[in-house]
Amino acid sequence: MNLVTPDSGLLFWMVIIFGIVFFILWKFGFPIITDMVEKRSAHIDESLKLAQEAEKRMQDLAREQAELIEKTRLEQNRILKEATQSRAAIIAKAEKEAAQRADKLLEKARTEIAAEKESALRDIRLEVARLSVGIAEKVIRKDLSTDEAQMQYLDRLVDEVAAPKD
Amino acid sequence: MRKFWYIVICLLMLPGPALRAQEAEEDIDVPGVIFGHIGDSYEWHITDWGGKSIAIPLPVIVRSKTTGWHVFSSHHLEHGAYQGFHIDADSGKIVESDGTRPFDISITKNVLSLMMSCALLLLIVLLTARWYRRHDALKEAPRGIAAFMEPLVMMVHDMARENIGEEDYRRYSPFLCMVFLFILLNNFLGIVPFFPGGANLTGNIAVTMVLALCTFFTVNLFGTKHYYKDIFNPDVPGFLKPIMPVIEVFSALMKPLSLTVRLFANMLAGHIMILSIVCVIFIMAKYGPLLFGSMSVVSVLFGVFLDMLECLVAFIQAYVFTMLSSIYIGLSRQHGE
Repeated sequence: MNLVTPDSGLLFWMVIIFGIVFFILWKFGFPIITDMVEKRSAHIDESLKLAQEAEKRMQDLAREQAELIEKTRLEQNRILKEATQSRAAIIAKAEKEAAQRADKLLEKARTEIAAEKESALRDIRLEVARLSVGIAEKVIRKDLSTDEAQMQYLDRLVDEVAAPKD
Repeated sequence: MRKFWYIVICLLMLPGPALRAQEAEEDIDVPGVIFGHIGDSYEWHITDWGGKSIAIPLPVIVRSKTTGWHVFSSHHLEHGAYQGFHIDADSGKIVESDGTRPFDISITKNVLSLMMSCALLLLIVLLTARWYRRHDALKEAPRGIAAFMEPLVMMVHDMARENIGEEDYRRYSPFLCMVFLFILLNNFLGIVPFFPGGANLTGNIAVTMVLALCTFFTVNLFGTKHYYKDIFNPDVPGFLKPIMPVIEVFSALMKPLSLTVRLFANMLAGHIMILSIVCVIFIMAKYGPLLFGSMSVVSVLFGVFLDMLECLVAFIQAYVFTMLSSIYIGLSRQHGE
């Protein structure tokens, strides 16, 4: 059986052809393919890493943003509260001032009214006195020096008029 | 499922009378057919048509010790001797008139098949390499032939990295890729039953021997100091010192032999199995229509199964050869602990 004895012709051609093909593919075939694919794998790895980093950074940013928003909200609340407080204070102060001013005005008006009333009373009293004097003159002009009784009466009148002034 | 059985029954009834007329009386020469298919020949026999054989004549290149170089077409040898050479009936080889074997580097069926498959391999790999040269692999996914070849090449490349180590797997990866693709391509071409394929190249011991010797030289010419120390002066108890080198050298020589025979025997056995199953159809022709028909169906179904099995074996054998080569190379590249 010649199946297990290698044939010299085929050996010869196999060595030559296999050698040539191997040389060509070793120079121009496989390294180009494997280098490119390895380069691509490295590139993919790197890209994945970068993407992970970017995602992490995005998460950090989002967290920072949320923190910032929370902080801002607290600040806003605080400012609003302060504003409310100061408004209430201002209003209270204004009300107090207004009340004081009103009191003062009232006081002044009251004193003025009192003064007016006094002067009016004095005027009236003067008028009454003049009228009384006038009446008295007329009465006196008619009856004076008539008799003793009238003289007494006149004295009494004068006393009466003078009396309330004490 | 029921349809399947209808088809089987129809097939069982189909042959018979029609073929019975054609049935040959003479016994079929099964070993002749099988060894004709798995062996080498000086012409590429395609088919017999109307009693005449159709074959591609191939150039015969021989050098006789007495008459020098002779180059002629193999169809001259069909009818006996030509220029003092004839095909020996026993060995099937060209011999001179006195029975001596000339130096024979004829382009036989296997050599032509080798040339064609190598040309195909060159074409495929160079086209793939061209794709990578012309396209930016960082921006484009591989397409067409590159998409087809990349997984195969990278599988071997990764295997080399795993078995040889980061340091110098790049040096050996092209060799392993070459061996893998060569075996794979020729295994598959061997399964194809008609012209471009059909030669039993990886089932030929000369071819597998060259492949295994390539691995052998790659392993032993570039071995590290540590590798040779392990062979000639291993760390073993004193009384083993004289024995170990013998065993190790023997083992180093057995490795290529086992690679040779594993691939050769697997592919050869696969071809013989398929051919035998196909031959069953022709053997059964004279045993009557029922047996002939039923056995034909059985052998066709079994042939389909075996063909699929062979496709699997074609890949596995290429993979195993490459993996063992890479492991042997990896062992020879160790640098000690």
